Amino acid sequence: MNALRLVRYVSWGAIAVITAALLYVLLNPKQSEQGTGVASIGGPFRLAAHDGRMVSDADLKGKPFALFFGFTHCPDVCPTSMLEITNDMNALGAAAKDFRVYFVTVDPARDTAALLKEYVGSFDARITGLIPKDEAELAAMARTYRAIYRKVDTPSGYTMDHTASIYLMDEKGQFWGTLDSKETPQTRQAKLKRLLGRG
Amino acid sequence: MAIPFRAVLCASLLVFSSLSALAHDYKIGDLKIDHPWARATPGGAKVGGGFMKITNTGTLPDRLIGGTALVSNIFEVHEMKMEGNVMKMRALDKGLEIKPGETVELKPGGYHVMFIDLKSPLKEGEKVRGTLVFERAGTVEVEYKVEPRGASPAQTHDHGAHAGGHKH
Repeated sequence: MNALRLVRYVSWGAIAVITAALLYVLLNPKQSEQGTGVASIGGPFRLAAHDGRMVSDADLKGKPFALFFGFTHCPDVCPTSMLEITNDMNALGAAAKDFRVYFVTVDPARDTAALLKEYVGSFDARITGLIPKDEAELAAMARTYRAIYRKVDTPSGYTMDHTASIYLMDEKGQFWGTLDSKETPQTRQAKLKRLLGRG
Repeated sequence: MAIPFRAVLCASLLVFSSLSALAHDYKIGDLKIDHPWARATPGGAKVGGGFMKITNTGTLPDRLIGGTALVSNIFEVHEMKMEGNVMKMRALDKGLEIKPGETVELKPGGYHVMFIDLKSPLKEGEKVRGTLVFERAGTVEVEYKVEPRGASPAQTHDHGAHAGGHKH
């Protein structure tokens, strides 16, 4: 019987803690100030592009764009994502003529401007490589987009874990949605069409 | 007696085509390696992925523990996984196990061999020569067919003869 009572106390205790946590989250003034309570993705940045230009969020205002975190020592998901969005843009034809895709390297130690230029250039001229100048700049950019990246050792060196979705941002630079490799080309292109139709 | 030229041509074509299909299956010990292929790499890329199916027809487990490729300085056996929307790749320290009676497919988004530090880009239509090293079965020479960028396993199995029923 004692054991049963203990279970009951613990359960009520747990419910009390969860309720308190929920109330805190719901009533937390900082959260309600944000209006929607949805974590914001995107924001100010300024990074060097593969052609030596500096690209900032302010430069991108007025038109929707896409942004991807990747690296050139990536055998699968990065080339596939870039190939897919290239195909999607080509399928949309004139509607995607001025669309721009930014490939932010999470491996600035190896991905030089020259290498990124060759890499993104082998897909489409509308893709621009962006290179954080150091770890701090990369960390800040990842925070801005709530992206994850992590260096992982391998027998011969290292590889990078990273967020693999393509971020779609609207003309105000606000998060609009994502493109995912698991989606069909039809789904991805319908999304892009809707995003581009806003401008 | 004269054998018509056309018959000779047909016969040699038959032999040639079956040879080329055969040439893409490899056997070592109890292991059968089916259709090694790779994807063409983008400009500047220093790595490429290799894929295949490995079947263990024996009664003992085996492991793919390494290999070589003429196009790269380093060769590793890797696993790729998506966790949520995060791509994670790991080298398989103990190799890739092929259990008796099972077929393991190396394919995009999963297990693959990595050609690291490529000497030249992988170009569509090329063949990449190398070896696979198994713990029990030993070393076997293989040739990877380089498919277009973004190719998937279904698209690469156009031989019919050994594609397990895939026909296009």
